[in-house]
Amino acid sequence: MSVKSQRVLPGFGLALGYTLVYLSLLILLPLGGMILKASELGFGQILDIALGERSLAAFRVTFVSSLMAASINAFFGLIVAWILVRYPFPGKRFVDALVDLPFALPTAVAGITLATLYAGNGWLGSHLEPLGIKVAYTPLGIIVALTFITLPFVVRTLQPVIEDIETEVEEAAASLGASRWQTFVKVIFPAIGPALLTGFALAFARALGEFGSVIFIAGNLPLISEIVPLLIISKLEQYDVLGATALAVVMLAISFALLLLINALQWWAANRHKNSEPLEVSAGKAKAGEA
Amino acid sequence: MTHFRKSIATLLLGLLAGAALADATLLNASYDVARDVYKDYNPMFQKHWKSKTGESLELKQSHGGSSKQVRAVADGLEADVVTMNQANDIEFLADKGLVAKDWTKKFPNNASPYTSAMVFIVRKGNPKALKDWPDIAAPGIEVILPHPKNTGNGRNTYLSAWAWALKQPGGSDAKAQEFVGKLLKNAPLFAAGGRDATTTFMQRGLGDVLVTFESEAEMIAKEFGKGNFEVVYPSLTMQTEFPVAVVEKVVDKKGTRKQATAYLEYLWSKEGQENAAQNYLRPRDAELLKKYAHFFPTVKTFTVDEVFGGANKAFASHFKDGGSFDQIYVGK
Repeated sequence: MSVKSQRVLPGFGLALGYTLVYLSLLILLPLGGMILKASELGFGQILDIALGERSLAAFRVTFVSSLMAASINAFFGLIVAWILVRYPFPGKRFVDALVDLPFALPTAVAGITLATLYAGNGWLGSHLEPLGIKVAYTPLGIIVALTFITLPFVVRTLQPVIEDIETEVEEAAASLGASRWQTFVKVIFPAIGPALLTGFALAFARALGEFGSVIFIAGNLPLISEIVPLLIISKLEQYDVLGATALAVVMLAISFALLLLINALQWWAANRHKNSEPLEVSAGKAKAGEA
Repeated sequence: MTHFRKSIATLLLGLLAGAALADATLLNASYDVARDVYKDYNPMFQKHWKSKTGESLELKQSHGGSSKQVRAVADGLEADVVTMNQANDIEFLADKGLVAKDWTKKFPNNASPYTSAMVFIVRKGNPKALKDWPDIAAPGIEVILPHPKNTGNGRNTYLSAWAWALKQPGGSDAKAQEFVGKLLKNAPLFAAGGRDATTTFMQRGLGDVLVTFESEAEMIAKEFGKGNFEVVYPSLTMQTEFPVAVVEKVVDKKGTRKQATAYLEYLWSKEGQENAAQNYLRPRDAELLKKYAHFFPTVKTFTVDEVFGGANKAFASHFKDGGSFDQIYVGK
């Protein structure tokens, strides 16, 4: 019953100390420095910078397109992960390796490639533009770039979780009379939901900070297709380090709040699932009895 | 493990040996597209210095966006010399006390060994007959340029159009702002940088006109073939300078003042000037300018100092937050 018995590996104290030092050096120190720098400005000044017309528009573009990209990946990434885990097909290992490519590719290369593909004379753009769909150099282009960049997050988070759900579980649900939809909604989704949320959150967070790929496809027009990281670069071009830090801190605060919210959601989802487990089992039994 | 240690030791020895070979090392922090210029210039200077003093020099290059490079130098990148494409970047180092306050006087020609001009690149045969600034500001024309707020190339285009409008009969700042606003409305996008704008125009076929450096036009010819585009010289355009300076703090610390100064002075030598010309940058040397006249047709130019009272002033009133660029987009 004691906590000690749960630890198989020794050295908890050392490892904890190491974790704290490591996280402090890597994350807290640079972020702390940034916040310290921003605090040279008053709260009012930071707000003034963040609430300027161009900044507001950039915040909207950044958050909306990141949210769209993460949502698209939550849906299609789930399908990809499911296929990769559940179905054997020729070239599966190859496809599996493809998923990681957006991680490895320099983001500028991704941006330039996507812009070339989706430009009016590109392979895809030349077919889309006659239909009235412009991707390159529009906000839609930003979403495309962000979707590309963040795909691995959802797929790689979901894969191990889907692997853990044995096919017997689906078979059991089916043999107990659940329809395919019911099996998905009541059995599979609760099991992968938290991981899906994690993948979504990772993709979203990554999209918010993405710069390299977006600037090559966005068009970068003020009020229309400027992202916050571009405004930060713009401030740095003016040697306005304080202004840049102010924007970064506001961005960080909003991102942190959103990630916290997603974590809370995830915690809630995981616990709800845990608590309701015995109930579902008894319900299942009752159903089986009726049958 | 021992194998690993051995290779580390060998590596370290190699590095030490490399450092010991040269009598002095100079680092030149430079803007992005200067790569070709200094790739050819550095061996030339090494040879010159060796024959003059017997000293072998190691020359290192660091390239990046002009203002990024300058920030790196301000933050401690130990560059002996900076060779940039915007005066206000070196002004920033002067403000920080890294470069002499009177750096423009330390070398001839405003400390800019060569120049370029902003020109139009149009499609073959100039189908829309674009000849001057008002033609490309007319409704229905698509203009490709890099972001005027974030890139030197874009800023030069912006200021060129402004200066043209200002010099027209009855021209005023208000009229110039209106004119530049019309021009910017013709931009379907702002490219991330000079080369990105070129790719967008040449490879992706976007736009009727690309505004860029004259030197870039020759690069385009190399890359995409001469027959695919035409260069148009507007009636008035900016003479863009490429200022250089010694980083006083670094050369004092490293004891490389002599070498660093000679390195920059040699840019004005016949060899240095000819190298610039061969890289399609207008040499200051009048004879060479004539010799390479086929690259450099006569064009009426202005300098930022003449029209805008200096690079810093131009930057402050046009590209700082709330400046004329922001006013065009956000309203007054």
